[in-house]
Amino acid sequence: MKKLLSVFLALLFVLSIAPLALADDVIELNMYFPVSVGGGPDQLISALCDEFHTEYPGIKINPIYAGSYADTTTKVMADIKAGNTPAIALMFSIDLYQLYSLDVLQDYNQFCTTEEDLAWLNGFYDGFMENSRLPDGNGSYLTYGIPWQRSTIILYWNKEAFQDAGLDPDVAPKNWDELEEFAAKLVKKDAAGNVVRYGIEVPSDKAGYAYWMLQTFTLTQDHFNLMSDDGTEVYFNDPKTIAGLEFWKHLSDIGAMPVAPKWANTRNDFVNGTIAMMYHTTGQLTSVKKDAPFEFGTSYLPMNTTYGSPTGGGNFYLFKGDNISEEQTQAAFTFIKWMTNNPDRVAQWSIDTGYVATRPEAYETQRMIDYAAGFPSALTARDQLEYASAEFSVYDQKTVQDILDTAIEEVMTGLKDAETALNEAQEAADAILEDYR
Amino acid sequence: MTAISKENRISLYREKRKMWRTTRLAWMLLLPSFIFLAMFTFYPIGYSIWNSLYKDNNATIRTGPVYIGLKNYITLFTRDQIFKQAFWNNIIVAVVTVPTSLSLAIMMAIFANRVKIGKGLVRVSFFYPTLLPMVAVANIWLFIYTPGYGMLGYIFNNNTWHFLTDPDAVLWALIVMMIWKQAGYVMIFYISGLQNINPELYEAATIDGANGSQVFWRITWPMLMPTTLYVMIITMTNAFKMVDHLYILTKGGPGNASNMLLFYVYQKAFDQTNYGMASAITVVVIVLLLIITCVQFFTQDKRTFYA
Repeated sequence: MKKLLSVFLALLFVLSIAPLALADDVIELNMYFPVSVGGGPDQLISALCDEFHTEYPGIKINPIYAGSYADTTTKVMADIKAGNTPAIALMFSIDLYQLYSLDVLQDYNQFCTTEEDLAWLNGFYDGFMENSRLPDGNGSYLTYGIPWQRSTIILYWNKEAFQDAGLDPDVAPKNWDELEEFAAKLVKKDAAGNVVRYGIEVPSDKAGYAYWMLQTFTLTQDHFNLMSDDGTEVYFNDPKTIAGLEFWKHLSDIGAMPVAPKWANTRNDFVNGTIAMMYHTTGQLTSVKKDAPFEFGTSYLPMNTTYGSPTGGGNFYLFKGDNISEEQTQAAFTFIKWMTNNPDRVAQWSIDTGYVATRPEAYETQRMIDYAAGFPSALTARDQLEYASAEFSVYDQKTVQDILDTAIEEVMTGLKDAETALNEAQEAADAILEDYR
Repeated sequence: MTAISKENRISLYREKRKMWRTTRLAWMLLLPSFIFLAMFTFYPIGYSIWNSLYKDNNATIRTGPVYIGLKNYITLFTRDQIFKQAFWNNIIVAVVTVPTSLSLAIMMAIFANRVKIGKGLVRVSFFYPTLLPMVAVANIWLFIYTPGYGMLGYIFNNNTWHFLTDPDAVLWALIVMMIWKQAGYVMIFYISGLQNINPELYEAATIDGANGSQVFWRITWPMLMPTTLYVMIITMTNAFKMVDHLYILTKGGPGNASNMLLFYVYQKAFDQTNYGMASAITVVVIVLLLIITCVQFFTQDKRTFYA
């Protein structure tokens, strides 16, 4: 009896670690995806994958929540290094150069053979394609990422707090001077002199995309971006960058912004009323709308000389590798097309999360028109797209990005001044990017 | 060979076979542990040492690792500011948490031993932080340290304390959390150590008229030396093992102010896919810990009285 039991357990053990043989006709693909905002996009993605499976019973996409964008990249890189490249993944749009340098990406153009396919491929907002395609050497572009959960950074403001501070609740600050002025006015202290409400919060921690927030202060100066568009040069110590970082630090120096705020706290701080304005991704829009007990507005980011914002968010990537079969790639391609082709589906995703719908037709659907009529903030990020530029993306992305993030943190916590920190960062980044020039 | 008679040769042979059988049995009993040790300790150490001599990062993924000898180490010790910072942070954390944890634990152990009512409750409440998973502890303390509506900010009604984003305070915030977590664990060892001290020694001390402090320093402390040696190594290595907390709380802290060696290894290896450099740092950590442990063993051992 004992021997039978041990044989049975051994068999169970062996079976549980052996790969299960799948039915031949269902292609199963694991898709890592990140969630960087509160509000449950993971459930929405699971629901969409289930819907896809009912329409295409031969393909099953298993969405695997992988944490933040950084965590997802780490997981996919680990898989690639182990020789187990996933066929499809939803990853940060800025991982483009990194993945391209590893020679693991498939371009979408090769699969778009029909007129319909080409119309689909070229039907996305141009603003999102800057982080999604690379020149093909013949004067045209090859697309390596299909936009899915894309955003721009917008200014959220608490209308109740504005009224409380004596400002017009329907007018947001239009430029840096007004931003500083309003933020200072919005600071509220209690009887003991403790600050109970700050004016503005722009998160500056590494875990919260510090480099992305810095871009908001440079792109509003004549659309000046932090890197070249071929991913090999960075402009950390350009006077415009230094000026942008100094202005950001200035906001906390005058007491209008908490010192070195964290991304993870920003949404909660805003909803709790401890800050009156915040720079945040439009992907938080729906979750803020659900939880904020007050009326709030959204607007373009305050300009210095121009309006500007970096785009953000994730793209679908198609991978190639020795372990990926053609059918799997084709299945993944079908899924990606299904997710992003239907204007109603794209519009619904935008309504549910606040991300910008990635195709213009989505904004012509009835549900979006109705939604926007009742909630004009849904259109802010999309309208700002015309002034938006690419998010910071270079070769050896993580290393260079970490250098910049560290510099920003050092300045925002008062360890170094902007010029020193950014000069050092430029030096370090150049040393790394030399290999790729 | 005539010096050894036939009977002697047979019995010698039988003895050797017996010895071989015992040795073989010993090796077979050790084999499972040895396999694990080989797989998870010796092989990784060997691989890390080998890999640290290569340039293995994003730029070399397509070409494969390139042999560069000791260049990784040279870069590490001359040009890498973050490594210096992480190394220094680790030393500070070790130097502060070890004596504090030990003294706190001894005090807690003596208290837990003396308490008459609620002995079990006292021990449980001192010990439970150890049972909590590291990530849960990190999240709890993340909440405690959050400015404004975090526990500390709320109780003291202070909106400006921002421990985790203040480069001067962040290391101390981590040290407090570390001590909180491991004091209970050390206390358990001290409780059993205290109970093993012969009560006759204390009676003799009372007869001789020793006061509390003399009793402690002349009897309790020396008798606890074996325990102290052991927990000192444990707490010392714990100080170098901090990774999960950093990941949750500060991700290396405001501008690397709270970066530590092991977290730096994680960043280099998995964020920046620079395996060559990560292996080099790993080797440095291994050597460091070996030196510390050896020093402790060989100096303390002379002073330790094993009853």
